[in-house]
Amino acid sequence: MDYHCVVLIKQVPDTKRITGKAMNDDGTVNRRALPAIFNPEDLNALELSLQIKEQYSGTVTVITMGLPGAAVILRESLYRGADRTILITDQRCAASDTLATSYILRCAVNKLQYDIVICGRQAIDGDTAQVGPQLAEKLGITQITYLEKLLELENEHITAQRNIGNGQQQVRGKLPVLLTVTSDANEPRVAAAKNMMKYKNARTPAEIEQQIQTENPDADEDTLAGLVERKCGLLKDKGLLIEQWDLDFLDADLGWCGRSGSPTKVHRIQSIVLAAKESKEVEPTEEGIADMIHELIEEKTIA
Amino acid sequence: MTGVNREGEVWVFAEQHQGKLEDTPLELMGKARQLANILGVETAAVLLGSNVGQLAKKLIQYGADKVYVADNQLLENFQTNSYAKTMCQLIEKYEPQIVMYGATVTGRDLAPRIASEIKAGLTADCTDLQIGDHTESGSGILHKNLLFQVRPAFGGNIIATIINYDRWPQMATVREGVMPMPSPDVSRQGKIIKEQVQLSAADLPLTILEEHKREKKVDLKAARVIVAGGAGVGSKDNFKLIWNLANVLGAAPAASRAAVDLGFIDHDHQVGQTGTTVRPSLYVAVGISGAIQHQAGMSESQKIIAINNDPDAPIFQIAHYKVLGDLNEIVPRMIKALKEKTIKEEVAAVK
Repeated sequence: MDYHCVVLIKQVPDTKRITGKAMNDDGTVNRRALPAIFNPEDLNALELSLQIKEQYSGTVTVITMGLPGAAVILRESLYRGADRTILITDQRCAASDTLATSYILRCAVNKLQYDIVICGRQAIDGDTAQVGPQLAEKLGITQITYLEKLLELENEHITAQRNIGNGQQQVRGKLPVLLTVTSDANEPRVAAAKNMMKYKNARTPAEIEQQIQTENPDADEDTLAGLVERKCGLLKDKGLLIEQWDLDFLDADLGWCGRSGSPTKVHRIQSIVLAAKESKEVEPTEEGIADMIHELIEEKTIA
Repeated sequence: MTGVNREGEVWVFAEQHQGKLEDTPLELMGKARQLANILGVETAAVLLGSNVGQLAKKLIQYGADKVYVADNQLLENFQTNSYAKTMCQLIEKYEPQIVMYGATVTGRDLAPRIASEIKAGLTADCTDLQIGDHTESGSGILHKNLLFQVRPAFGGNIIATIINYDRWPQMATVREGVMPMPSPDVSRQGKIIKEQVQLSAADLPLTILEEHKREKKVDLKAARVIVAGGAGVGSKDNFKLIWNLANVLGAAPAASRAAVDLGFIDHDHQVGQTGTTVRPSLYVAVGISGAIQHQAGMSESQKIIAINNDPDAPIFQIAHYKVLGDLNEIVPRMIKALKEKTIKEEVAAVK
C-alpha cells in the first residue's frame, strides 16, 4: 500500500551561535537576529519519510509553522525529495507555547490525508519534545516517541524500535501513528543537485509579494495584487508554488492560538552567570599541586 | 484544564518499571515536600502499575503525605495512552495545584500527552522549582504563590522562569539528578488511597514485542568524587590519564560531550545537558573548556578543580582551584602527590 507521510519541521536559531542581543526586552527571542537553520532532528524525520516513500511508495508532505522566512527550509525539503510543502504563517501564531502550537498544527494536519505523521524528537531552541506528543493527542492517534529504527511497515501496521534511555524497546501498532525521531534513526541525505535545479525558484506567496513590491516600487495596490496573482498562478502551474496557509484558512479557533491559547507565560529570562564563590590559582608545579591535594585532604573533600 | 485551586495538593508522578521505582520521583518528593510546606498543603505521589502497592510505603518515607495507587493489570507496562488516561482522571478528580514528572524518556513521553488532553501548561526539563509572585504586565494583576518553573533554554544560553496563572494544574518535568535525594524517614506516616480507573484494551494501542535494558557502566549520580576529561585530553589512549587519576582518587571517570563524541569514552560517562547531572563533593575537570552545556551538568559540585592550558577557558570562571598548564604534566603530579600521601599513611600505620 501507499503510505502518506506528513513531516513537521521547524526553523530554529542556531543555539551554538547565539549572542546576548538575541533576546528582546520582553524576554522573547529576537529570531530575526539569529542565524536560522533546519532543526537537526527534523532532518532525521524528513529522511525517514523519504525512505518510506522509496521503500514502500507513497507521498511526503512537509509542513512548517513560522515566519515567512521559514520558506527556506521548505525549499531545502524539496531539494531532498519532498512532494509538497506548506508554510503556516500568521502573526496571530506569535507567542504560541507548545500547547497552542500543537493545536494549530492539528488544524493543518487534519486538512491532509495521512498514515504517518513524523516529527523530530525535539527542537534545539526549546528542547521541550512536547509538540509531538501533544499533536498526537489532539489528532487522537497513537504516538511512538524516541524512535531510533523503523523496523517494518506491513499493511496497516508499523513495527519500530524506541530508545528508552537505559535500553531499547520494540513496539508494534496500527496506523495512523505519530513518530518522533532521534538523531540515531538515520543519516539525513544532502540536497540532490537535480532537485535544486528544479526547485530553486519555488516560492511562497509572501515571498512573491515582497519580490514584486521591490521590482515595482511605484505601482498601486491593485496593480501589485494583480501581478502577485499572476506570478503565483505561473509558479503553481510549474509545481513551484509553496503553499501558504493562515489561521483563517485553517478555520482555527483563535482562542486556542497564540498568547491566548498558551497557558504558560514567561515570568523572566536571565543570562547565565555562573561563578565560584572563592577561587584559587594553583601553580602547576609539584609543590603547588601537592599543597592543593593536602588542602583537600585536610578539609576531608577527599578521603 | 482545571481552575486555580489554592487548596490543591503538590503531586509527583511515581515512575516505576517492573515494580522498581526510579530515582527521580524520590528526588522530586523532596522538592514537593518543600513546596507544599510553603503553600501549606499536602504532598501526594501518584503510583500507577500492577501489583505495585508495596512501593507506596517508600514514597511516604521520602515525603509523601498521601499515595494514590492505581493498581490495574492494564497498567502493568507503561503505555502512553493508558497512563495518560489514568492520570487525567485523577487530576480532574482531585485538582492538584502542581504536578511534577521526571524528565525521563517516560516522563517526556507522558506529560505532554496529559497536558494536551487537559489543556494545561507544561514546562519541560526544569532545573529548579520555586514558589513566587508574578505581576501581569499591562493589567498589573498580582498572582501570588505561583510555581516558578526554571529551565535552561536556547541550548543552555539563558535561564527562563515560566509560570501559569490561569489554567492549572501547574505541571513540569524535572531533570534527573538536579534535586537532591532526600533522606528517607522510616517513621513517617501517610495515607494510601486506592483508585479505581476505567480502562479497556483500546487504551493499549501498542504491543511491546521486546525490551532490552542495560545497566549503566558507571553511576555518576552516586559518585562522591568525579574526574572528567574533555577534548583537551587529546586521544583515547591519553584518556588513561583520567582513568588513572580516578583510580587513585577512588573517583568515577567522566567526560564532556566533546570527549564522548571523539570516542574517548562511552556515553554513559557523559556529564552535561545531554548527559548526567552530577553534584559530587569534588569535580576535577581535565582539558574541559566548560561550555555552558557542560556547566549545566556539574556547576553544583561542592569543589571544582579545573586543569586547562587556555587561560580563557570558561571552566575557570566556576572553578575553586584553577590550574593553568599542561594536563600531561599536571595530572601525573596529582597522582604522585596522592600516592605519596597514601605511602605516608601506610608508613604511619606500620609505625
